[in-house]
Amino acid sequence: MVAVALSREAAVWAALAELSDPEIPAISLVDLGVIGGVAFAERPDGAERLTVELMPTFVGCPAIEVMREQITERLGALELADEVVVHLSFAEPWTSDRITPAGREALRSSGFAPPVTIGSGSVFSGELLTALPIATCPYCASRNTTLENPFGPTLCRAIYHCADCRQPFEAFKPV
Amino acid sequence: MSTLDATTRDALAELLLAMADDEFVLGFWDSEWTGIAPILEEDVAMSSVSQDEIGHARALYELLAEVTGGDADRIAFGRPPEGYRHAALMNHARSDWAFTIARRFLYEHADAVRLESLAASSYQPLADLAVKMRREETYHILHFDLWLKRLSEGGDESHARLAAGIERLWPDAQTVFAPLAGEGRLVDARILPDTLEVMRARWLERIGPRLEAAHLPVPTTPGSPGADGRTQRTDEFAWLHAEFTMVARSEEGATW
Repeated sequence: MVAVALSREAAVWAALAELSDPEIPAISLVDLGVIGGVAFAERPDGAERLTVELMPTFVGCPAIEVMREQITERLGALELADEVVVHLSFAEPWTSDRITPAGREALRSSGFAPPVTIGSGSVFSGELLTALPIATCPYCASRNTTLENPFGPTLCRAIYHCADCRQPFEAFKPV
Repeated sequence: MSTLDATTRDALAELLLAMADDEFVLGFWDSEWTGIAPILEEDVAMSSVSQDEIGHARALYELLAEVTGGDADRIAFGRPPEGYRHAALMNHARSDWAFTIARRFLYEHADAVRLESLAASSYQPLADLAVKMRREETYHILHFDLWLKRLSEGGDESHARLAAGIERLWPDAQTVFAPLAGEGRLVDARILPDTLEVMRARWLERIGPRLEAAHLPVPTTPGSPGADGRTQRTDEFAWLHAEFTMVARSEEGATW
């Protein structure tokens, strides 16, 4: 029984790893770190429910509903449970440190500087002041870069400029 | 939540509505800068900040809908202007850039004090949301502190406009901390870990040195805001309300 349960969960994780972030398609939802957990449970009526915990990168991220639909559709097609529920969770805040090493590489190879690691301490502003100006150019790996705008085309992105290869580039914001 | 008695639930609903309306209305006002901000970078920044605020409002309306059994979209768009409970600070049209910066500076620090307190709320869903929102709001604080400095050092005209904005908004800025009818109950239940008056004192301590450093007057009056701080509505707000409810009113009850 245990082996069966494990393989079902593994199948869910594998399916989620094939879903891309709607705003940055190079990175999967799993590598983005927005999947908090998956669980099978019996409903009061005896049917089985698969719950996926989704941790939004930003509270106001407009891609959340797209992610929810993608997850429901993809996991529903696996027919592992009678119902698939996506539960938005803030119980543990998503932080940019949740992006996996593979996810950071996927960001870099598609032209986004991955966020600097910031730790998840409660005092955030001091950390941010030192972390924000640092970004490594995803094109030439130079650290000779400047922050142009802490706000970018989506809530999770900031705009930088590389003084060496003279390219503007975007970075995933540390948050 | 089933563990809350009716009085406490009503008080919590009042708090959530006040916070959600603050974020919602300010988000709409400042989204008007999209395309016409003084510089291109600021078009992008103000659009992003406004999107944050409307996103925070949505999360708070959804929390409120869970508490009261209502529908978040209906709460957001289905009330007449007099049904909104944002602070009087958000009654004003955006005016010029210095006025907008003055309001953002006053509000962002007030919001930060409020979120820091609520991160310790005994109502866990609100505490969780406050922790998450604080991380995002940190960017707003840095941004508008910088703009306050920039305009105060930008020359006589920008300094004068900024000073005029602070002076005009000062009384209404206090109303972010206007007493709520159910405040005592919320404090007793530790849903609100600090009284709003304690928070207002913290806010004043935080903004005073920043205003002084920017050579801006720190007004001393008025003192504590009255109980009507969140119920007075203006013609300017009525205009904005007509704008942001336009789509919802065009086909009532439609599913988008």
